[in-house]
Amino acid sequence: MNLTLFVWRQKGPDDKGRLEQLNAKDISLEMSFLEMLDTVNEGLIKDGKEPIAFDHDCREGICGMCSQVINGVPHGPQEKTTVCQLHMRNFKDGGSIYIEPWRARAFPVIKDLIVDRSALDRIIQAGGYISVHTGGVPEANAVLVPKEDADTAMDASECIGCGACVAACPNGSAMLFTAAKVSHLAMLPQGRTEAARRVCVMTEAMMQQGFGNCSNHYECQAACPKGIRVQFIAKLNREFIKAQFKGACRKSP
Amino acid sequence: MILDGKCPSGPLSEKWDKRCRELKLVSPANKRRYRIIVVGTGLAGASAAATLGELGYNVEAFCFQDSPRRGHSIAAQGGINAAKNYPNDGDSIFRLFHDTIKGGDFRSREANVYRLAMLSNNIIDQCVAQGVPFARDYAGYLDNRSFGGAQVSRTFYARGQTGQQLLLGAYGALSRQIKAGTVKLHPRTEMLDLVLINGEAKGITVRDLVSGRIESHSADAVCLCTGGYANVYYLSTNAMGSNVTATYRADKKGAFCANPCFTQIHPTCIPVSGDYQSKLTLMSESLRNDGRVWVPKMKGDKRSAHEIPAEERDYFLERKYPAYGDLAPRDIASRAAKEICDEGFGTGNSGRGVYLDFADTLKHPGEVKIRERYGNLFEMYEKITGEDAYKQPMRIYPAPHYTMGGLWVDYNLQSNIPGLFVLGEANFSDHGANRLGASALMQGLADGYFIVPYTIADYLARTMPGKAGTDGPEFKKSREDAETFTKKLLSIKGRKTVNEFHRELGRIMWDHVGMTRSEDGLKRALELLPELRAEFHENVNIPGSGGELNQELEKAGRVADFLEFAELMARDALLRNESCGGHFRTEYQMPDGEAKRDDENFCYVAAWEFRGVDNGPELHKEPLKFENVELATRSYK
Repeated sequence: MNLTLFVWRQKGPDDKGRLEQLNAKDISLEMSFLEMLDTVNEGLIKDGKEPIAFDHDCREGICGMCSQVINGVPHGPQEKTTVCQLHMRNFKDGGSIYIEPWRARAFPVIKDLIVDRSALDRIIQAGGYISVHTGGVPEANAVLVPKEDADTAMDASECIGCGACVAACPNGSAMLFTAAKVSHLAMLPQGRTEAARRVCVMTEAMMQQGFGNCSNHYECQAACPKGIRVQFIAKLNREFIKAQFKGACRKSP
Repeated sequence: MILDGKCPSGPLSEKWDKRCRELKLVSPANKRRYRIIVVGTGLAGASAAATLGELGYNVEAFCFQDSPRRGHSIAAQGGINAAKNYPNDGDSIFRLFHDTIKGGDFRSREANVYRLAMLSNNIIDQCVAQGVPFARDYAGYLDNRSFGGAQVSRTFYARGQTGQQLLLGAYGALSRQIKAGTVKLHPRTEMLDLVLINGEAKGITVRDLVSGRIESHSADAVCLCTGGYANVYYLSTNAMGSNVTATYRADKKGAFCANPCFTQIHPTCIPVSGDYQSKLTLMSESLRNDGRVWVPKMKGDKRSAHEIPAEERDYFLERKYPAYGDLAPRDIASRAAKEICDEGFGTGNSGRGVYLDFADTLKHPGEVKIRERYGNLFEMYEKITGEDAYKQPMRIYPAPHYTMGGLWVDYNLQSNIPGLFVLGEANFSDHGANRLGASALMQGLADGYFIVPYTIADYLARTMPGKAGTDGPEFKKSREDAETFTKKLLSIKGRKTVNEFHRELGRIMWDHVGMTRSEDGLKRALELLPELRAEFHENVNIPGSGGELNQELEKAGRVADFLEFAELMARDALLRNESCGGHFRTEYQMPDGEAKRDDENFCYVAAWEFRGVDNGPELHKEPLKFENVELATRSYK
């Protein structure tokens, strides 16, 4: 099949950027979306032009590196699917596809479709972990975890950190991302000890990094390739209020 | 040269304790005066960087991805082994050790593997404490499942995403140290060179992948945790960015590369569908519990699967290996599938695929059970192929998956270059000629959490901290060499793209240094590889410049290294006149087609020393001694 692409091209953070029209010819239905872009890039190189820069790595939907807004939807039209797992049989021959980078204040564009998502790492660095040293821990079965809690923690922990939730949110909020980590650890007895402090420092870091507020649009859940549910945002809010009663948030550095 | 792995003497079970007593320590006040570079942030790198940071060292961590949470360990599905014996089914440290040695076809070091089995239990404790949400039963206890090559249930898992969950645990520990200021992170940065001062590893030269700047970093020791080289085959289950550059460039600086021909080809992957294909996706091996493998009996049969009646199907695994049937071991199943496709019986447009048919199980015990067991895999299969495996058989084909070979290290995980430590898949140490399932995660974390933090102190305690700055002549030359190499690549401006060369390289490697190897084929590869390499350096086309984000330039550097490294693999495979594990030489097989090992002549580690690209490497041997297990034919009959 043949397609017309409108691809965001931007040389660097200071460049204004624009949509460039490109043709994708002889695309096979079996190709993945990124393989279609590979093919377009091979053509651009042969023509002496610069290929489209885009992030990608594992190409099996788990590393969270790929990040493209396709026809206005982060990760494209197929539900619960990353760009790298999206295949061309989801598109119509002769159609047009608009491809843009994640757009959010906290994610500055580096080049073309590549953005800087290190703000998400900084939210985790603020406290998205259990503060345990290597060694000196109890035997693994010493602390029991109810199966339901372990399963819910796993539901939250499946987040791949791609940032689609931020790109989908009209406020550019990282609420779902932060909520997933807060919930994962708060569900487990090992993580309870620090739960109050954790929710305070993580939400504070989220605000500092330039992410917006949550106003319950739920676009994040719709865009999430791993199906992380907005119930975790409610969980974050509960944890946050509990922490405030404890005065944990005032104490945070 | 005869290499010495420097294993401690004494009984097997006391070796590691003995070594820990012998190792020198660095006092807490002195630790902060030492700087350690850790390259790679997968399981081995993240766990090492976090632990070394906790201990108080200054750590510099590097990864080429945008975040340390994305190392390819994240894609591991099945699980992680440990000798906890929770199911009370007779497991023990010795049994895990024995299974791993036997699985590796007796080509790994006894002492290393025993230590790995010992530490496996600490890993599970550590990960649970970090909040890794392992599967549990209704009483709240940890759950186990079975894996290949073992008769006990010792595999811990977190749904089909065990690697992801373990890596996120290590990433959390690493993030905590970044916050504490003990670890400085350098994402989107690729190592280009190892810098030696007076023969010891004292730093690296890197390229900032965003600005394109080439810079050096000095340290008192360097840890390489940069994974394997299965992408030498172009198509593999590895991530697109996985590469051999860091380890190969260390090899060029004098680090020996051990057993590079030991590669693992996984039997159940989604087949190639066309020339444009960029990578292969693994479908869990567990599917062979319920699926039957077959091809049509007639060559080039174009009928769809359900139109072919039972008597016109060749269930070739069941035919060739009646005792094991569809559950034949990985290497045997892979080879059988390739052979039958080579003979022209393969299915699909490319003819490179065999059916994995669930029809019998769908009849009984039925679709509900299949959905429960493998639902997510069927979904993934449908996303990629557009086919519904509940209605028609899956098509699968073997794909390169893991590399057992890597840089040579001693028992302390130190390479032959003092101060250079190698962890995880990047070293050669624990899996011999074939890795068992659920062992890679175990090794990466054992190396990073529990081994290197002890052994590196022994090296550091013997050196004065902070001597090397990055202004010395060795660093200057390293930067100049990297600049020159980059400029040279960019100046070629030929007519073929980097991918075209990589694809050709992959074809040569798959055909001649792949699942089955022969003397003729390997010699042919050794003719073709230098030709392809020469053409690459005359005719590759890399657009753009070096002073910017340039993904084609990144790829070109990696492919240039693969083109040289491939030759080393072929040489190693040619030298090893035996079949063992993943290394199958057609000349050396039992009458029934099983691998024929030659313990008299090849019970050693082949470690290669770089002697210039055109000179051919020099071989060093480390003899393997087996004092606690009997060298036996690895029979699965």
